[in-house]
Amino acid sequence: MKTLMMTGAALALTASAAFAQDVIRMGTEGAYPPYNYIDDNGELAGFEIELGNELCARAELTCEWVSNDWDSIIPNLVSSNYDTIMAGMSITDERDEVIDFTQNYYPPTESAYVGASEEADFEGGVVAAQTATIQAAHVAEGGAALIEFATPEETVAAVRNGEADAVFADYDFLKPIVDASGGELMFVGDPVPLGGGIGMGLRESDTELKETFDTIIGEMKEDGTLNEMLVKWFGEEITTY
Amino acid sequence: MFAFCTDPGTLDGLAWFACYLTTGKHLAFYGAFGTVLLLLAITAPAALLLGFGGAVAARSRIPPVSWIGKAYIAIVRGVPDIAFFLFFVIALDQGFEWIRHKIRCPDWDQPIRQGSDFIVCAEAKLPLSTAPQWVHETYGFLVAVLTFAIVFGAFAANVLYGAMRAVPRAQVETAEAYGLTRSQTFRRIIVPQMWVYALPGLSNLWMVLIKATPLLFLLGVEDIVYWARDLGGTKTPQFTDYPHGDWRMWYFLALLVFYLAFTKLSETVLDRLMTRLTRGQATLAGEAQRKAGA
Repeated sequence: MKTLMMTGAALALTASAAFAQDVIRMGTEGAYPPYNYIDDNGELAGFEIELGNELCARAELTCEWVSNDWDSIIPNLVSSNYDTIMAGMSITDERDEVIDFTQNYYPPTESAYVGASEEADFEGGVVAAQTATIQAAHVAEGGAALIEFATPEETVAAVRNGEADAVFADYDFLKPIVDASGGELMFVGDPVPLGGGIGMGLRESDTELKETFDTIIGEMKEDGTLNEMLVKWFGEEITTY
Repeated sequence: MFAFCTDPGTLDGLAWFACYLTTGKHLAFYGAFGTVLLLLAITAPAALLLGFGGAVAARSRIPPVSWIGKAYIAIVRGVPDIAFFLFFVIALDQGFEWIRHKIRCPDWDQPIRQGSDFIVCAEAKLPLSTAPQWVHETYGFLVAVLTFAIVFGAFAANVLYGAMRAVPRAQVETAEAYGLTRSQTFRRIIVPQMWVYALPGLSNLWMVLIKATPLLFLLGVEDIVYWARDLGGTKTPQFTDYPHGDWRMWYFLALLVFYLAFTKLSETVLDRLMTRLTRGQATLAGEAQRKAGA
């Protein structure tokens, strides 16, 4: 009887889904607050989740969020396991060769170094960054020794436990961490402007969907709703459109 | 979870922990232990089955079948697990979708590979993009099971292949003297007797399989290590009601206890199984058992 009910429920679900319009699956990392993270209830939350839901509502699309490891986030997009990436991914030329980006929904910002003391040697010492990010590429070009980690959390932990002299990441990711550290961590050196802002990544062949989201991001920039969201998640000093 | 959890900022001590440890995120973490156990429960027999098939194929007197068996063992054993997991899952998924595409959309006129993109028609997507989230998760889980089974099947095949050859020649000769055919000898003499030779190797594999389960996250399944890493990470007050420092050590300590307890339990069960399988066998241990009982 129980199996029968389960099968019935499964059938009902598939049937209703078949009538629904196409579902856009949105990929994200879920480990980079305030952009995207997993909240106390185990649900995805953050600036990009709120923005993505608004974009889908305006485009009248049904969207479903998927969290995926950062390392395989682009391979899984081009393999069509989901349709978009909103994961704090900066628009760069290297990535643009493989996937397409909408116009940025987050202005080009600065990346910053955080160390455990004012004298932290971020120019010639050991600097932590997340694998396959613009920050990691920047450190690799400079004079400091780069130490890479799979998740943003580990890059900060490396500074706390002394493994690295400094961590190099997006300013807006580091800021809440520095604020909450009670003086243990601090910004060192000057911020470095990197990348072309953060955009939504899509497959190169998916031009129609790209146009749709591109237009709506443009609309949201104009009517000020995007600015409101930016201020809500990143505070008053964020650069707005 | 509890009524007093509405404002965690005012709580301290035990009440805080009671609320903290019962957040939705923690419940997902506890559920992930079930996922890991389920994976083991399905993968172990599946890998054994694949291993048996591989060993039988490798022993075959028909050269092409034997080549297939031996190639499977050699290739999978020779490729690093991590490379296999990263490459194979995407390739496997694309392979399934390509086959469905050929069957369901014969009139499709666009190329499947466009630059780096892999595009099949909407009806060939696996699972369909309209499918509910649990279907996607189940599919991801099954792909993970299949990948684990193929990898560990190759090792199991090698163990069983060796075990089949370890059955004393005298046993096989006796069977031949009684006029048993080759397949009868295999079914009635070799297979029942080989397990005692295979078990040490298979128990090793089981232990390695238990410890390999954290690779699940590479396959997109949210396993206990994924949740432990996320839950243990530093939490700033802006994004949670339960801010705390870097607690990953404690979460990983809990995982350590879980894995140790689980492997200890496995050892006990495997020891008993070994004793049971040894009974009446033409091995040193079997002989010792017989003398002790006499």
